[in-house]
Amino acid sequence: MIDLVNISVGNAAGYALLGYLVVFFGLVLLMCVIFAMGKIMHKEKPAAAPAAAAPAAAPAAPAPKAEPAPGSAGDFKLYNTDPRDAAMVMAIVADTLGKPLNELRFISIREVKEDEV
Amino acid sequence: MDILGVLQKLGLESGFASFFLTDGGWKNLVMIIIAFVLLYLGIVKKFEPLLLVGIAFGCLLTNLSYFVGQGANALYHPEIWAAFLDETSPAYHSYGAVMREAGLLDFFYIGVKAGIYPSLIFMGVGAMTDFGPLLANPKSLLLGAAAQLGVFVAFFGAVLLGFTGPQAASIGIIGGADGPTAIFLTTKLAPELLGPIAIAAYSYMALIPLIQPPIMKAMTTDKMRKVKMVQTREVSKTEKIVFPMVVSTFVILLLPSTAPLIGCLMLGNLFRECGVTDRLSDTVQNALMNIITIFLATSVGATMVAQNFLNFNTIKIIILGLIAFAISTVGGLLGGLVMYKTSGGQINPLIGSAGVSAVPMAARVSQDVGRKYNKNNYLLMHAMGPNVAGVIGSAIAAGFLLSVFG
Repeated sequence: MIDLVNISVGNAAGYALLGYLVVFFGLVLLMCVIFAMGKIMHKEKPAAAPAAAAPAAAPAAPAPKAEPAPGSAGDFKLYNTDPRDAAMVMAIVADTLGKPLNELRFISIREVKEDEV
Repeated sequence: MDILGVLQKLGLESGFASFFLTDGGWKNLVMIIIAFVLLYLGIVKKFEPLLLVGIAFGCLLTNLSYFVGQGANALYHPEIWAAFLDETSPAYHSYGAVMREAGLLDFFYIGVKAGIYPSLIFMGVGAMTDFGPLLANPKSLLLGAAAQLGVFVAFFGAVLLGFTGPQAASIGIIGGADGPTAIFLTTKLAPELLGPIAIAAYSYMALIPLIQPPIMKAMTTDKMRKVKMVQTREVSKTEKIVFPMVVSTFVILLLPSTAPLIGCLMLGNLFRECGVTDRLSDTVQNALMNIITIFLATSVGATMVAQNFLNFNTIKIIILGLIAFAISTVGGLLGGLVMYKTSGGQINPLIGSAGVSAVPMAARVSQDVGRKYNKNNYLLMHAMGPNVAGVIGSAIAAGFLLSVFG
C-alpha cells in the first residue's frame, strides 16, 4: 500500500503524470461527445434551413456591393467602416439591448452616407 | 468601587495589551499589517477586489479578535476546527461541537468546510458563462487540458519541498487558476493551508495580465501572433441546452468526486440556457453569487490566523503558486503551438494561454496580446473556448486529486 501522506518523489511523479493523462482523457472524450452532438444536431438542420434562408436572402442582397474593409474579421464584414467605429456601434447595440456582447452575433456593419438615406 | 482594578482589567483584556502579553501576540500585529496591504491591493490596485477586500477584512477581524489563550471574544477559533479534524477528539466531525463555541466567522466557515460556498460560486460561474465558443470549436478542450500542466508540476514541486501528498495536491491546484476549485480541494485535503492557498490563487489570478504576456511573447513568433482565425460556426440553442446535461452526465460518471463542482457549474448553465428559468439564472448570477462571495471571502480571510499563516510554508506556497500559474500558461501555449502546426497555421497559439481558466481574464489577455501585433485581430471569442474548457479541466484535475488523496 502506498503511503499517500508521506508520498515518495517517485510516486509523486507517477501520480502527476497519471493525473495529467486523466485530465486529457476526460476532456478528449468530452470533445468526441461534443463533436458527435454537433454532428447530430446539424444533420437535423439542413432540411429546414434552405426554406428559411431563401426569403432572408433577397433584402440582404444590396449590402455586399462595397469591398470589405481591412478590419473585417472572418464572417463579420465591415463596409466603409473603421474598426473603432464598429466596436463603438457594437457596444452601443449591446448596451441598448441590455445583453452582453458575447451573446450577440454581428454579421456586418456598413456606413450609410447621408445621400444614401 | 475599585476603579483602578476595573481599568487594569480592561487594559489587560484589550487587544493592545494582547499584542505584547500573549504568546506570539506580535504576529497578530504583522497579520494586521498584511491585511491592510491586501486591502490596499484590492481597493487601490483593484486586484480581484470583490474577493480580496472580503478576504483581507476577514483576516483583519480574526487577527484583531483572536489571541492564543484568549479566545473568548474571537470571531474565529482555529482550535475548534483543529478538534473538528482530530479523530481522537470528541468534537471530531461534529458541527454541533463547533456551533457550541463558534464565533461569527466560525459560522460563516461552516459553509466553506462543507463545500457549500465553492459549489454555489460554481453555479454562478455556470450561469454567467457562455459555452458557445467551446461548442463551436470543441478542440478548445485540448487547450483546457494542456493548461493543467502547472497543477501537476506544482504538485510534484510541493512534494520535493517536503509537503505531504494532500498538501501538495492542494498547492498544485493553484495552477488551475480557479479560486473556488482551489478552496474546495484545500478544504477537503489540507484545511490548515486554506489561507495562503486562497491568497496565492486570487492574487495570481489578478496578476494574470502581468504573468502571462512575457511567457506568450517568449514562446511564440511574430508571425504566429498575427494569425487571424476564421469566425467559429453558429451554435444552436438546442446544443447549448443539451450541453450542460451531457457534460454533467459524462464527467460525473467518469470522476464522481467532481460532482459538487461540475454539477453546480452545469446547473447554473442550464438555468441560463434553457430559456424558462430566467429569474433563477438572474438570481444565481447576481444576488446569490454576491451573497456567497461575501461569506466565502470573509471566512477564507478568517483562516489567516497569525500562528498558522506566518511560517516558511506560506512563502513556499506563494512561490509554488507562481510557478504553477506560469507552467500552466506554458502548457496551454504548447497546446496552442501544436494546434498551430497541425492546422497549417490557422490557429493562433496565443489562445492556448487562455486554457488556464480564470474566466474571462485569461481570454482578455490573449485578445490584448493578439491585437498588439495585429490591430484587426479579434481573438476574444476564440480564446473563450479554451478559457471555459479550463474551468472543466481544473474541476477534473481537482476530482482526480480528491479521488487519490481524499
